[in-house]
Amino acid sequence: MGGAEKPFLFLNTVNLLQMTKRNNRLIHTGRWILLAGVLLLGLVFVLPLWKITLEAPQYPEGLGMYIRINTVEGVEANNLNQINNLNHYIGMKPIHPDTIPELKIMPWVVLSLIILGLLVVWHWKRSALMAWLGIFTLVAVAGLVDFYKWEYDYGHNLDMENAIIKIPDMNYQPPLIGSKQLLNFKAHSYPAAGGIIIFLSFGLAVVALVMEMQAAKSGSREDK
Amino acid sequence: MKFLKNRKMWLSLAGLIGIGVLMTACPATKEGIGTSDAAVKTYVPPGEHDEFYAFMSGGFSGQMTVYGLPSGRKFRTIPVFSVHPENGWGFSEETKPMFNTSYGFVPWDDAHHPELSMTDGVPDGRYIFINANNTPRVARIDLTRFETEEILEIPNSAGNHGSPFVTENTEYIIASTRFSIPIPEADVPISSYKENFKGTLSFIKLDADAEEMSLDFQILVPGYNYDLAHAGKGPSHDWAFFTTYNTEEATTLLEVNASRNDKDFIAAVNWVKAAEAVRAGKAKEMPAKYFRNYVDHDTRIAHSEENSSVRVLNPADVPGLIYFLPTPKSPHGVDVDPTGEYIIGNGKLATVLPVHSFSKMLKAIENEAFETVINGIPVLKYDEVLAGEVLDPGLGPLHTEFDNKGFAYTSAFITSEIVKWNVETREVVDRIPTFYSIGHLMIPGGDSKKPWGKYVVALNKITKDRYLPTGPELCQAGQLIDISGDKMKLLLDFPLDGEPHYAQGIPASLIKDKSVRIYELEKNNHPHAIKSEKQARVERDGKDVHIYLSSIRSHFTPDNIEGIKVGDTVYWHLTNLEQDWDVPHGFAVKGANNAELLVMPGETRTLKWQPQRPDVYPFYCTDFCSALHQEMQGYVRVSPADSNVPITFNGR
Repeated sequence: MGGAEKPFLFLNTVNLLQMTKRNNRLIHTGRWILLAGVLLLGLVFVLPLWKITLEAPQYPEGLGMYIRINTVEGVEANNLNQINNLNHYIGMKPIHPDTIPELKIMPWVVLSLIILGLLVVWHWKRSALMAWLGIFTLVAVAGLVDFYKWEYDYGHNLDMENAIIKIPDMNYQPPLIGSKQLLNFKAHSYPAAGGIIIFLSFGLAVVALVMEMQAAKSGSREDK
Repeated sequence: MKFLKNRKMWLSLAGLIGIGVLMTACPATKEGIGTSDAAVKTYVPPGEHDEFYAFMSGGFSGQMTVYGLPSGRKFRTIPVFSVHPENGWGFSEETKPMFNTSYGFVPWDDAHHPELSMTDGVPDGRYIFINANNTPRVARIDLTRFETEEILEIPNSAGNHGSPFVTENTEYIIASTRFSIPIPEADVPISSYKENFKGTLSFIKLDADAEEMSLDFQILVPGYNYDLAHAGKGPSHDWAFFTTYNTEEATTLLEVNASRNDKDFIAAVNWVKAAEAVRAGKAKEMPAKYFRNYVDHDTRIAHSEENSSVRVLNPADVPGLIYFLPTPKSPHGVDVDPTGEYIIGNGKLATVLPVHSFSKMLKAIENEAFETVINGIPVLKYDEVLAGEVLDPGLGPLHTEFDNKGFAYTSAFITSEIVKWNVETREVVDRIPTFYSIGHLMIPGGDSKKPWGKYVVALNKITKDRYLPTGPELCQAGQLIDISGDKMKLLLDFPLDGEPHYAQGIPASLIKDKSVRIYELEKNNHPHAIKSEKQARVERDGKDVHIYLSSIRSHFTPDNIEGIKVGDTVYWHLTNLEQDWDVPHGFAVKGANNAELLVMPGETRTLKWQPQRPDVYPFYCTDFCSALHQEMQGYVRVSPADSNVPITFNGR
């Protein structure tokens, strides 16, 4: 692995004492970075995870909703109300955050992730860090899959009995990420600040892991 | 010969080309056509906003209209003093009380002078006031909702023309009576005018926190006609100025008999002193019946309050309260320049335009330079208060507005022109014809300390051939004139609603971002509001039936109603459940003898309905709300008075 050899070659040129210092520094910095990543996760309790925006000629100001860790709400005070009202034309069920169980579970999942992360910072061990990253990945993937299924359900399971506008084979599932034309509305779906923070937090944990691995590598050389 | 012929031919051809060139060089020169860049200057591209709001009085329509400048596009009629079946103003149960007066329900009026509220002498975009001329009233319109919120009747007044003009910080809204009348109201011979008739100057206090106008006091003045007013500013902050005519005190054929005196007066009133005198108990409490009507913000229901007395101040009891400034000749408008130093009396029959000096006035008062004293009011010497006269101001000068470069613009009705002159030197520098017979004129902020001197709008009484004819009754019109350069340039003609008298203009940026989009359903405290379709119902209470109806795109709930009987009084309480901008719903029921309703998002409005014969009546939404607007309808069954059909709605 050419990439992995580079720091090794670099380490070749410095003496053992410096290597030890560097080893400690790497671990030290790694722990700080992980701590920052874990704490950053706390922001998802205040920042929205995802944003879905709807644009149509009659809505030059746009309609939008934020998906937060524990609720779904309009970008402007009445947007959710307005979206629900428009959706009744196509037979889509109204979005009532109270009836979505995931919104009740998610805060606990993220809180657990944060606590586990803090434990890893405190009790620094590569295996623990890797396990934590594994759980994190699982949670993130599960979240996205669930979100996709949720969008699929709202977009496909329409009340065709009472729908006013019926178009054969048309579904109104917004994209997971990206933009899509749904009748007169152009729907945009992108991560919001909280979603970006999750990626960032994950990235910081990966950086911490890389540092830990480098430290271990230089440590093993030190042992020789 | 042949050569000559050819030469002649060539010459005549050249001549023809010459004429052609000349003709294209002088395009159709119908008088008043703007320069070629006029179209560019008034063009507001589709989807873009105008730079200024213009608020035009509706005159005999009793309403106020909202236009954009420079485009001249009309946005809206704000119903004020006249009922407006289009949205139920004056017909819905919630708005009827706005029309209560001591004369009962008055469904119309003649509205002349919009005036923006001011802070530090500059329009602040909070409110706009307008007068009812006939049944004396002043209305306050909120500029977040563009809705009339309050109407205060003024007692001891007749022809509330010199009204409403605000002091520098909207401490007071001032109003003068055009007609002098017996005060208190009395049955006296008209020939006893000199003995029994008086005028009043009214001072309405605005409590901005409570959003409430109250008639603080009135000043009793000699029996003249009080025409127009303006408050002072800067150095003249404490003073308000009122024009008078008919100082002859004639009661018949005023056209001749009130035009005899060489000079009438501008009354300079120290309102700060007046307010102090009132606080010191120098005013007399006089019985007077007058109404205050206001919209309650919680319920959006209008209420009426009846007042029974007013404080009246007699100038003889408060020395230094009023001085008369002699002013030729039957002055109409009185206008104070942005510095607050110059007071212009627009003598409609005068050949010169007098410009009074406020500082000279103070000096004349100090030196007691009095010509005479009338009813305790000193008449100052003309020469002692005059700064100078504008010579050749046009015939029939009526009103003056100001720009921010030291120029004044006076409208001349008879010569149908605007005359621009330098306030300091009083030299005429430019004039431009108007089409035709200009009354008021308006520069945004043009009666304030900070005019936005880009345009002047001429408000013309007569249009004759300016537009496509529409039978004997033609539109009245505004003309937009560019005043940014040395020479005035006509940019645009645009028709107006009713008869425009005064108008006000203000940069759109001071208002547009504050505009309310919806009423919050959660905060709707109307006693008959419903917050969801689940609460929709029909209730009988003796002969009264209350229908709690909701509207949301694109249906009413309930929409099948039975059990109404002839002889019932039905109240349709319609709540618009929408919380979306620009989605009002309308309501109309066949045979309604009053009006339709237009209900804004989150609002509740009530229409009273007394069906006269058994039938099934359709009702529907009158505002095209959605793609299924045409489906937004219902039926109400009306049975004979003695029938046993129970109240049901949608099978419930």
